[in-house]
Amino acid sequence: MWRDARLVAAKDLRIEVRSRVALNQIAPFALLVLLLFAFALDSDRNVLRDATPGLFWVAVLLSTLLAVQRAFSLEAADGVRDALRLSGLHPAGIFLGKVASVAIQLVALELLLALGVLVLYDAPLTSPLLLGSTGLLATLGLAAVGCLYGVLAAGQRVAETILPLLLLPALAPLLLAATQAVAAASDGVASEGWRWLGLLALFAAAYLAAGVATFGILLDDG
Amino acid sequence: MNDTTASKATRVLGAVTLAGIGLLVLFGLVISGPDGASVGVDANGAPTGQGEVVRIMYMHVPTALIAFLAFFVTVAGSVGYLLRRSEWWDLVAHASAELGAVLLFATLVTGALWGEPTWGTYWEWQDARLTTTAVLFFLVLGYLAVRRLPLERGRRSRLAAVVGLLLGPATIVCHYATTWWRTLHQGPTISRLDPQIEGTMLFSLMLGMGVFMALYAWLMLHRFRVLWLENRVEDLGLDLALAERRAEAGASGASTTGPSPTPATGPTPTGAAS
Repeated sequence: MWRDARLVAAKDLRIEVRSRVALNQIAPFALLVLLLFAFALDSDRNVLRDATPGLFWVAVLLSTLLAVQRAFSLEAADGVRDALRLSGLHPAGIFLGKVASVAIQLVALELLLALGVLVLYDAPLTSPLLLGSTGLLATLGLAAVGCLYGVLAAGQRVAETILPLLLLPALAPLLLAATQAVAAASDGVASEGWRWLGLLALFAAAYLAAGVATFGILLDDG
Repeated sequence: MNDTTASKATRVLGAVTLAGIGLLVLFGLVISGPDGASVGVDANGAPTGQGEVVRIMYMHVPTALIAFLAFFVTVAGSVGYLLRRSEWWDLVAHASAELGAVLLFATLVTGALWGEPTWGTYWEWQDARLTTTAVLFFLVLGYLAVRRLPLERGRRSRLAAVVGLLLGPATIVCHYATTWWRTLHQGPTISRLDPQIEGTMLFSLMLGMGVFMALYAWLMLHRFRVLWLENRVEDLGLDLALAERRAEAGASGASTTGPSPTPATGPTPTGAAS
């Protein structure tokens, strides 16, 4: 299973390196969202700084939608999905591989967005350990939920419209916990943040388990 | 095949439900008194006498609880479908989710209407019960969207069953939100050994539970039957289309009166498209 996961992740990342869709389209989109927030909030630096944790994670969430759609549109074309099923790879391995490749792209995206809010919103950078672990756990959760619903929507005629409807409500608890953890870090009350981190870990673990258990059903649905 | 999805049992159940609604209106709006006596204290230590406004409870609480019940039935149906792969479980899950969505929407609306006079706001973002209910509502809308995906039926059912399973944890979190977090909502009021309300208020609330339970069961039976018939129509659709095309081909040579939709051997969808 782990070997299959590595194979799938390496395949996706290789495609990404060669096609540069994430770099050329998703990353600029994420930064654009940051700019739009600044316009919408009347360029008030205080408001922006206070709202930074929430705005940051909403930008990540919107970019996740694109990243997940991209990850599964790869499989939709040319019957790759059938090829994957016929390849004898373990379904759970495919799921974990997809999660890993999406998560790696999201981490890169988050680093870029973090740089963005530091420069554009004048956000404070405190408790780097808490921020880092929040980022990692939240990313794992985002990728797990994204891949679970992503494969479900992949290849549907209504894929673009149904994915946000499925994904965003499911990610609401994650948005809340990640925002609170980052807010706690920037307010200098790290102890508060670690509790939210526990919720993030639970969320990620639950969805990873759900994905490992059900991905076979979702994928092998011919 | 009848022209209706009713049977003798559902007619009786429907009559009982409608009579119960009438009785609930009578008890809720007329017989039970306003909440004058303080029967408890809220988070600030103030008495919770609510006057006339309390009457919303007789609808708000039952719709919420029956909605939760409906989602647990959906989860059970999804599990049943994944284990047995039978149409019965699939339709139970589908029908229950639809009714649950309607009941949950009624809960949100009555809750907002109740919140305005008691909390001073239609929507309180700090309240965990409210926010989890809103998230649950959108999760259910997502589930119902999956149920409408234009796919082969078996595949759609499998996808929906997985999404339906995921409603389970959300429903549990929503149900226990008042216990786990401090919210503006009251904690358990009647599901304990010393109920916090009494007399006609308690009776009206219990009556509300019974009436909405009966309403759920009644609509559930009908919705299940309609869904079952829809599946049969889907099964018949292809045969029917083939038969029509054959009839057209036959008729175009013989007469000019247009296509004849009912060949002698073809099945008819009479009464199935309700």
